[in-house]
Amino acid sequence: MRVSFTVNGRPQEADDVWEGESLLYVLRERLGLPGSKNACEQGECGSCTVRLDGVPVCSCLVAAGQAQDRRVDTVEGLAGEGGELSPIQQAFVDAGAVQCGFCTPGLLVAADELLEHNPSPSDGDIREALSGNLCRCTGYEKILDAVRLAAARTGQAV
Amino acid sequence: MEFLRPASWQEALAAKAEHPSAVPIAGGTDVMVEINFDHRRPDHLLDLNRIGELEEWETGEDTVRLGASVPYSKIMAGLRRELPGLALASHTVASPQIRNRGGVGGNLGTASPAGDAHPALLAGGAAVEAESVRGSRLIPIDDFYTGVKRNALAPDELIRAVHLKKASGPQQFSKVGTRNAMVIAVCAFGIALHPDTRTVRTGIGSAAPTPVRARTAEEFLAAALDEAGLWESRKAVPPAVAKQFAVLVAAAANPIDDVRGTAAYRRHALGVMARRTLGWTWEQYRGHGSEQGSTSCA
Ligand SMILES: Cc1cc2nc3c(=O)[nH]c(=O)nc-3n(C[C@H](O)[C@H](O)[C@H](O)COP(=O)(O)OP(=O)(O)OC[C@H]3O[C@@H](n4cnc5c(N)ncnc54)[C@H](O)[C@@H]3O)c2cc1C
Ligand code: FES
Ligand code: FES
Repeated sequence: MRVSFTVNGRPQEADDVWEGESLLYVLRERLGLPGSKNACEQGECGSCTVRLDGVPVCSCLVAAGQAQDRRVDTVEGLAGEGGELSPIQQAFVDAGAVQCGFCTPGLLVAADELLEHNPSPSDGDIREALSGNLCRCTGYEKILDAVRLAAARTGQAV
Repeated sequence: MEFLRPASWQEALAAKAEHPSAVPIAGGTDVMVEINFDHRRPDHLLDLNRIGELEEWETGEDTVRLGASVPYSKIMAGLRRELPGLALASHTVASPQIRNRGGVGGNLGTASPAGDAHPALLAGGAAVEAESVRGSRLIPIDDFYTGVKRNALAPDELIRAVHLKKASGPQQFSKVGTRNAMVIAVCAFGIALHPDTRTVRTGIGSAAPTPVRARTAEEFLAAALDEAGLWESRKAVPPAVAKQFAVLVAAAANPIDDVRGTAAYRRHALGVMARRTLGWTWEQYRGHGSEQGSTSCA
């Protein structure tokens, strides 16, 4: 089947999509957007997190056909047109929150959404928002630092 | 495989009538795991995402009609006062990403004994609104779970909504697991005080082939509260009553040993949760009868 939806603001079309295929597979294998990672395919790890109509979801658990006519935002959409990093991306770099990097795209999408709705989150808010994202390298402290840093910087900028 | 995308509820019912073996997919958080792992290859997937009314709820004077696909995150945010037990249970499901997609209709469709909505639905006295092209019916929650991962839906039926009375008293939900997020219940317990009818209802998860109520415990407690006039006096529940309630709740379970825990542990934990949640709800009832849905959760 054919699936058409908007990815990072651009209309996209994928052909020959198998009916049981996940949105994650379509993004990675058909649209050339490998930023969203495939680690568990069962919703446990969050490395495939994207936003579906603005809401963070595991793209491995969304059937591709369910994304028809909807808006999907992936980690590829965070950086600016010229490649300049978004505040949360820069904070991950500066705080040393990236080890192997496999969990990073999912965490960035989840953290970005948190800060959008809650610009100065408590530690509890951060933990809760990121509770669906596993880091196999277990660098959680630095990840929390990165979100706090991004929040502090954004707060200053306003 | 065929991907059916009905644009309306009537179209969805027609599609289910035409293809009774079609697998409905709402949030996909159960269905997609099965497909990704080759555990299921249905001939038809029936997408419910385009049917807006399934993601809405209506609040009447005394009841809430909760659309089958309202995601847990919306229940937590929007129905904490009306359905405190279900809101607390929703908050313990998996992770934000899963709660943004999964909902009660899918939990009922899967009918796993470990589903977190079930103890709250049992305690709240829910009714499941099932519909097909043949018509609509309300299935009392007590008749809904028919076996391990089996429910009372006919092959051509879909769940339209769940009906629940607005809480007339405090409700609690408690769940035992190895961590705070992303955990399937080792066992779970829901309790709802219904001061309007002077009754107490309960629900037990993950400790029997289906979600079950602890009826003997409910009857014992209601009688004990009644006899001592505690609904009126709002005095403390005597420790002996709380203890016997816990014993009866543990006895109502029929758990097994599995990777998540032993039967003996489950029984023990259920007794502890029963005593604690009774304590919390009764304190709420005594202290501030109108304010429900505290966030405490064991
Ligand atoms: C990582 C992970 C963690 C999880 N943790 C928990 C947890 O902590 N607690 C918990 O309870 N569950 C948990 N689950 C299971 C799942 O999220 C829930 O069961 C959820 O409620 C399913 O809802 P859904 O909309 O995603 O269902 P779907 O996957 O879309 O459907 C589930 C079943 O219900 C049927 N169905 C869906 N809607 C309807 C309808 N309207 N009418 C008839 N049938 C219907 C489907 O055909 C299917 O059989 C977890 C799942 C994952 C992947
Ligand atoms: S790949 Fe989707 S949650 Fe792990
Ligand atoms: S940095 Fe390696 S998994 Fe998180």
